Amino acid sequence: MEYILGILELSAINLVAVLGLSILTGFTGLFSFGHAGFMAIGAYIAAIMTKFWGLPFWLAILAAGLAAGLVSVLLGRLTLKLKGDYFCIATMGFGEAIRLVFSNWAYVNGARGMDRIPQFRGLDLAIPFVVALLAVVVAWNLVNSRQGRNLVAVREEELAAQMAGIDVMRSKMVALVVSAVLAGIAGALMANFIGFIAPKSFNMTKSTELTIIVIFGGLGSISGSVVGAFLLTALPEIFRAFSDWRLVFYGLAVIVIMVGRPQGLLGGSELTPSGIRKMMAARRARIEFAKAKSSGGGAA
Amino acid sequence: MNLFLQQLVNGLSIGSIYALMAVGYSLVYSIMNFSNFAHGSVIMLGAYFGYYAMTILGLPFAGAAVAAALGSGLVAVALERLAYKPLRDRRAPFLYFIITAMGASMFIDNSVIATIGPTPKMYPEIFGQGPIALGQINVGRIDLAMLVISAASLAALILFIDYTRVGKAIQATAYNMKASALMGISPNFVVILVFAIGGALAGIAGILYGMKYQVFPQIGAITIKSFIAAVFGGLGSLPGALLGALLLGLLETFVSGYIPNGTQYRDLWVYLLLIIVLIVRPAGIMGKSSEDKA
Repeated sequence: MEYILGILELSAINLVAVLGLSILTGFTGLFSFGHAGFMAIGAYIAAIMTKFWGLPFWLAILAAGLAAGLVSVLLGRLTLKLKGDYFCIATMGFGEAIRLVFSNWAYVNGARGMDRIPQFRGLDLAIPFVVALLAVVVAWNLVNSRQGRNLVAVREEELAAQMAGIDVMRSKMVALVVSAVLAGIAGALMANFIGFIAPKSFNMTKSTELTIIVIFGGLGSISGSVVGAFLLTALPEIFRAFSDWRLVFYGLAVIVIMVGRPQGLLGGSELTPSGIRKMMAARRARIEFAKAKSSGGGAA
Repeated sequence: MNLFLQQLVNGLSIGSIYALMAVGYSLVYSIMNFSNFAHGSVIMLGAYFGYYAMTILGLPFAGAAVAAALGSGLVAVALERLAYKPLRDRRAPFLYFIITAMGASMFIDNSVIATIGPTPKMYPEIFGQGPIALGQINVGRIDLAMLVISAASLAALILFIDYTRVGKAIQATAYNMKASALMGISPNFVVILVFAIGGALAGIAGILYGMKYQVFPQIGAITIKSFIAAVFGGLGSLPGALLGALLLGLLETFVSGYIPNGTQYRDLWVYLLLIIVLIVRPAGIMGKSSEDKA
């Protein structure tokens, strides 16, 4: 029971970070190699506040989100005007730089990492679930707001979005800051759930793993990210014997998805009653279309 | 003065390896307008190809270098055919290319970890031991080999690009793919060619880098330096990538040599440089304006 609870806790924590990347990559079309850096900032701030200063969890979580958000504003100012690759490389440099800073900072025990961080006990174990639920509500409301539609417009065609009067820079900044705040909060939750953090846990592989969950779930789908986060956190636990091959499989799956089914599990659609109806209708339409094509194709 | 000369040679030597990595990456960028983030994995495979060519097949250095170049070139072309071509055919958005490159890199790196294992491997010492004295300074044998072989490979590349018909075809395609296709230059051929050239150079970089340090599956992470070098010099520009890589190598060694605690924070200086370049001149030293690189 405790084991299953542990997996669910980790899934909820991952979900918080994944939702942020879902907004950034799935809805806005920005790709980051450096979000583990925001997680690291959050994790270390929470660890310092709860372990060294004896402050309560909720305060640490808030501060972690805030700090990651502030850093992202700075990063965004510098990098968001850059296009495509430049932005990716800048985020890559950012993530690595953050990791290097923590690896060389004696106060947080450098590369060996911090242990005996106060952990969630008893009722506190509900915190990750509550935070994850809040994050889903926030993300859902964001993407279904005017701001959210602006993000999709920016993803689809930046120039056209600009012509239509959307402040592209502002939209990108909103997506970056929201994703960084969520990553920071996820880092804080992770520090206080596991009780141990080290700079090497926040490397580029961590950043890409989170993005992969978004891709699995489907770009541009919040419910896809939720399903993806729980599935991809639980599956490796079930297939523990093949743990060496887990990332091989992830990498291969990403290529196959991009080549064959770029929308992922639920790309562009949501698991709500109306979303499911829409998916069913689209499915029926495809079948009808295929039938019409095979029977009366010659006439057209 | 001696320390200065010593650092200068060391910096040029590491910079020349960055250059080998950066030009392959820049070539692909100039044609396809996207960063092949799987380039590091191809370099890593090159280091392994070279290692096994030497230890199992018992080839001499030259043979192992050719094997590494061939192997990495093939891998790079296979990557293009299997992963990127379907996306090109579909005119998929830029984001999909980046994601696919990331997936490919993850697949290759972790396949090596799962099959060969994460333990670092040492190349046999084929250049002999002890540094070589050049005037007042001592140069490591591997460092000298890195410098000479990289310089020769890069010179060959530049001659090829500038003075052969095929090289001119690459230039034309980089300038305008549609127009050059109308002139009878097959874009597919050029894309395969740049992946093959980039892969071969990556293989040579891999074997040299593996000999200087060790061979392990995360070796490809070093390419972040070559990406930065390419941005520094201007994405998509070959001379830019060369210049950026050499300057980056020099910056690194001089920071380690002259600034207290420099070695520890060496990489932070590199990222600082990246940030300054991105603020002051995002197009890099020799790049075109970044505006038309959407």
